[in-house]
Amino acid sequence: MTTADLLGKLLQVVMGLAVLAAVVGLLIFFIDKAPKKGRDYWQLVGFLAPALIFLAIGLVYPAIRTSLLAFQTSGGEWTLDNFVWTFTQPTAIRTLINTVIWVLLVPTVSTAIGLAYAVFIDRSRGEKYYKVILFMPIAISFVGAGIIWRFVYEYRSGDREQIGLLNAIVTAFGGEPVQFMQTDPLNTFLLIIVMIWIQTGFAMVLLSAAIKGVPTEQIEAAQLDGTNGWQRFVNVTVPGIRGALVVVLTTISIATLKVFDIVRTMTAGNFNTSVIANEMYTQAFRASEVGRGSALALILFLLVLPIVVYNINVLRKQREIR
Amino acid sequence: MSIAPADLPTGKDRGSIEGAAETTALTEVVGTKSARVKKRLTSRTATVAALIIAVLWTIPTFGLLISSFRPAELVRTTGWWTIFENWGFTLDNYKDVLLSTSQSSPQLGAYIVNSIAISLVGTLIPLVLATMAAYAFAWIKFKGAGVLFILVFALQIVPLQMALVPLLQIFSTWLRPMQAWLHDVVPIIPEQNYAPVWLAHAMFALPLAIFLLHNFIAEIPSEVIEAARVDGATHGQIFFRIVLPLATPAIASFAIFQFIWVWNDLLVALIFSGGTQDVAPLTQRLAEMVGSRGQEWERLTAGAFISIIIPLAVFFGLQRYFVRGLLAGSTKG
Repeated sequence: MTTADLLGKLLQVVMGLAVLAAVVGLLIFFIDKAPKKGRDYWQLVGFLAPALIFLAIGLVYPAIRTSLLAFQTSGGEWTLDNFVWTFTQPTAIRTLINTVIWVLLVPTVSTAIGLAYAVFIDRSRGEKYYKVILFMPIAISFVGAGIIWRFVYEYRSGDREQIGLLNAIVTAFGGEPVQFMQTDPLNTFLLIIVMIWIQTGFAMVLLSAAIKGVPTEQIEAAQLDGTNGWQRFVNVTVPGIRGALVVVLTTISIATLKVFDIVRTMTAGNFNTSVIANEMYTQAFRASEVGRGSALALILFLLVLPIVVYNINVLRKQREIR
Repeated sequence: MSIAPADLPTGKDRGSIEGAAETTALTEVVGTKSARVKKRLTSRTATVAALIIAVLWTIPTFGLLISSFRPAELVRTTGWWTIFENWGFTLDNYKDVLLSTSQSSPQLGAYIVNSIAISLVGTLIPLVLATMAAYAFAWIKFKGAGVLFILVFALQIVPLQMALVPLLQIFSTWLRPMQAWLHDVVPIIPEQNYAPVWLAHAMFALPLAIFLLHNFIAEIPSEVIEAARVDGATHGQIFFRIVLPLATPAIASFAIFQFIWVWNDLLVALIFSGGTQDVAPLTQRLAEMVGSRGQEWERLTAGAFISIIIPLAVFFGLQRYFVRGLLAGSTKG
């Protein structure tokens, strides 16, 4: 990077901010100076229009267009081929199956571990620090997490010393080192571990807060009735945090459906590890199969939709109860 | 013993997650009682189990951190856990990754600048536009406000993948000529500039941003706004003098969430940055390095650690805001 490059970049940032400030400043200036008649109208337009224009160009129009592209050939004729491809080609089917495996495993396992951890550390000494440790991966980018875990899964051939922790453990127990990232179907599960590693902290923080919301009286009453810890957990704590459990499960499901960076960084979808979001990118931007990419995007949307609607409903009901 | 268990505050701003809000109050009230209960609830096995999970969760990052400070030769031939047998400590990896000028080795300097530039402006644009829109939805009465707001809210459901192809087409038709023109006028600004990435991030952030900020801004007591109106304040004045200062906590939460989101993003960068060191952020470069230099672990570990350190710093420095923003925005993307 030369000094001129750096200057150019600085200039861009300054210009970008200047344009933003100028547009907003001018808008608000003119709104306040608008003629009395219809001033309300102009004020509304001034405040709302920039965001709405951005949304129209960036999301509304593209979403509609993608939905149409999914049903078109590259020549623009109407067809169902893209979907036929998605549901018949072995590689595409594998992508769908992988996505199902991801979405079944990640939310359940992260929630289970997160819940267990939250219960274990509840009101213990140093709870704060325990929480930070598990929560930290959330701040790390998926790319960073991908590199961290690729290092754990690293493979060295033959008798060379293993530098990846997992293979070191395997060889320490007398096993042969494994090319983890190339071994199908093991590799998909190893990628899933990365996502679980990231999402567990999220589940833990939410569930921990929910657990603290369970009235102590209920737990003490159960205690007086002579229940043991497990019975109290199943019959008092879990029903008490049902709402939070649903929110955690659905939220992680949505994030998992859209997972892209981990697969992209660790295997680029090779060795049968692709998922829908990654395949969408590969088809649309690497293979120039815009129709197939759009079909996959549409499928992704349709998969996310019911979960989001359900999630919103639960949240709304909870708020009504309160 | 009163450890504040709610020190990682979960969504205390309204809405994000129920149960969290009462937490603090509750634990304060039952503080003494729970001290007794605590002893019985936390058994030794639980502590051990928690400890094991905590260690398992830390080891991968720890290994990366150690390796990034080990000499290249040692990183490639020995495991990081043998650091005491194969002692060695160096800053060369970081020097190499950051400052090296040779063509063949990755110079992350340019990409770090890009990441900062993209994250800063990619946060500010949606923040400003969303605050204005949120104000309009909350305090300017108009027909169809409710329906329009629900539509904006519903846009959160649309996955990024739905928008990528058409938006790229729009940008290459409309934005590219403007970028070329700018390059002609100001030659030090490359033809590939930040504009597409900034705009894409801004567009994708808006539904969530408007929703969150609206929730907050709508809660400002109407007496305050009415009083200002009676005194003859215009919407512009109310917006700058009253709403902005009062909404600062919500704005900060969203700003931090969006900054981290943009900093950690790979997908948007891959599609809109063009991939050169003129625009591409750190994440994109690292992902590329994994592909092309997947065996150079001394560089990868150092590079990865540099990319991680900023969000982690934000995380530890501004934990309260960070968690709030993160929980509220967890379905984004």
